[in-house]
Amino acid sequence: MIRYLLRRAGTAVVTLFLASIAVFLGVRALPGDPATVLAGESPTPEAVAAIRQQFGLDQPLPVQYLHYVTQALEGNLGSSTQDKAPVTHILAERLPVTLELTVLAMVVGIAVGMLAGIVAAVRRGTALDYAANAFGLFGLSIPHFWLGLLGIVVFSVHWHVLPASGFVGFADDPAGNLERMVMPVLVLGTGLAAVIMRQTRSSLLGQLSADYVRTARSKGMSGLGQLGHALRNSLTTVTTVVGLQLAGLISGAVITEQIFVIPGFGKLIVDGVSSRNYPVIQGAVLVTVTGYVLVNLLVDVAYAYLDPRLRTAGAPE
Amino acid sequence: MTLLEVSGLRVTYRTEDGPVLAAKDVSFSLGRGEILALVGESGCGKTATAMAIPRLLDDTRATIGGSVLLDGVELTALSERRMRDVRGKDISVVFQEPMTSLNPAFTVGRQIGEVLRQHTGLTRRQVRERVVELLDLVGVPDARRRAGSYPHELSGGMRQRVMIATAVACDPKVLIADEPTTALDVTIQAGVLDVIRDLREQLGTAVILITHDLGVVAEVADRVVVMYSGRHVEHSPTAAVFDRPQHPYTIGLLDALPARAALRGGRRRLTEIPGLVPSPATDPDACQFAPRCPRATAECTAARPALTGADGGDGHLVACYHPGPRRDA
Repeated sequence: MIRYLLRRAGTAVVTLFLASIAVFLGVRALPGDPATVLAGESPTPEAVAAIRQQFGLDQPLPVQYLHYVTQALEGNLGSSTQDKAPVTHILAERLPVTLELTVLAMVVGIAVGMLAGIVAAVRRGTALDYAANAFGLFGLSIPHFWLGLLGIVVFSVHWHVLPASGFVGFADDPAGNLERMVMPVLVLGTGLAAVIMRQTRSSLLGQLSADYVRTARSKGMSGLGQLGHALRNSLTTVTTVVGLQLAGLISGAVITEQIFVIPGFGKLIVDGVSSRNYPVIQGAVLVTVTGYVLVNLLVDVAYAYLDPRLRTAGAPE
Repeated sequence: MTLLEVSGLRVTYRTEDGPVLAAKDVSFSLGRGEILALVGESGCGKTATAMAIPRLLDDTRATIGGSVLLDGVELTALSERRMRDVRGKDISVVFQEPMTSLNPAFTVGRQIGEVLRQHTGLTRRQVRERVVELLDLVGVPDARRRAGSYPHELSGGMRQRVMIATAVACDPKVLIADEPTTALDVTIQAGVLDVIRDLREQLGTAVILITHDLGVVAEVADRVVVMYSGRHVEHSPTAAVFDRPQHPYTIGLLDALPARAALRGGRRRLTEIPGLVPSPATDPDACQFAPRCPRATAECTAARPALTGADGGDGHLVACYHPGPRRDA
């Protein structure tokens, strides 16, 4: 068990290191550089060179990377090329916003998806099953941006029940915060719910016909008790899906934040890319990758908890 | 004294290719503390018959006809809610596959305890103690520690003992054991059979033992019902089946038994029954075994032989127009 977790944690560290290189190189592979953007309308070569020197962009890439990593390990991610604000401050300001959006979307996605999947599996072949499947197909095929725009047209423009865009902090105005979060969360959660619904349904159908469910029935257990037995073994599949879907959730958050003008990571990255704000992009992507790696580490821990065979037999190779 | 009375039991499966008659007019009774063996080839309807008793067949596919009386209570007429109180308490089941019949995600102690929580008012602590007692009873060594084990940490024989412990937890009147030793190593089989026999001695549990293994029957059963193609063709005390088999099918089964073939004239030659088991979709008014039977005459295909008393009395019944012991050898 301990060895299993240590190995997973080691993998996570290596992943983070590789990700930092990929982000660093990826940002610099973008056409254009921050110096020309900052130097204004018609920059002189001297002005550009001065800015490049100021941000260390005239150094060779390995030197730049080494400098970046040593600083990052000390908790310094550099400062924005736009307003000179420390990147860590910008991230600390934006992170709670995206965190709220993704966590809420995940909660809604898991709750709706699992519930629909369970109902569909238990009532297989009935109208409820077909309805759940139709929802699954819909949720998988509809792109976030279209669903977001549709939501704004229907709920904000037509019915005036929800605000179309904007954000207020939860601490400032809890009701206003939640009111503005409803649509983005639903838009972001729909796709996740659809995938989870389909996986829950298919894995639960398999488990419900397992021999041990028949054993539970032979003990005199009710349908609900039998479902409990089957569901416990379906949870591993659902957990895997949640881990895998996280990437989709993050990219979905970028788009959703754009549509609803939410000042989170998504908007930060998009704005950072358009102004070639290297430190900000690097910082934001690095934090996102860290979050992704952490959640997948949690998924691995959850596996060991859910499937006792992993605990004693060690990790699957 | 009769505990369980099965009469005219019919099990029909709905399939895409039309109905399949898995059990046709099966009748037998079971006394307290008695071990009755249901014997026959795969697909002869022995499992369908046994699983119909606690109504464990898939309701959406199988329909059950006839009557099943347990201590005078008609089980086929009970609501599903009331039936749940019977399952695990009055009638419990040990399945063939100990590998898949236990939930891999729960400890065996929890899985045994479940049936106690379902049917008794025991406290959490009492359930834990009782689970350890039960594991002890079925011969699981180091029971207290084993209660916390997961199924994958136990061998096949130990898992089957866990299944048996679960089945006898509430001291049931009837234990149905569906090929309990088939999936186990030969060396383990005897131990598991001993457990079943001991439980009958200690708790007075009546057992319906489903098996295709006549060696197992000879070892533990009091009476035998031989089934062929969904019907029972011979029904007798165990000794009589081995000494004076009446139905040609039973004789064929015995001849396919290695130890027995070796006894006869020392020639280690097994005999197989020619032909194939008939399609379970058909139910002609004829002896279903006739196409494979060396004794078949026109009479056998004209009408179905009824189950009647055979020579020797002692409740030996056979459904054959030409019964009697082997004539050739």
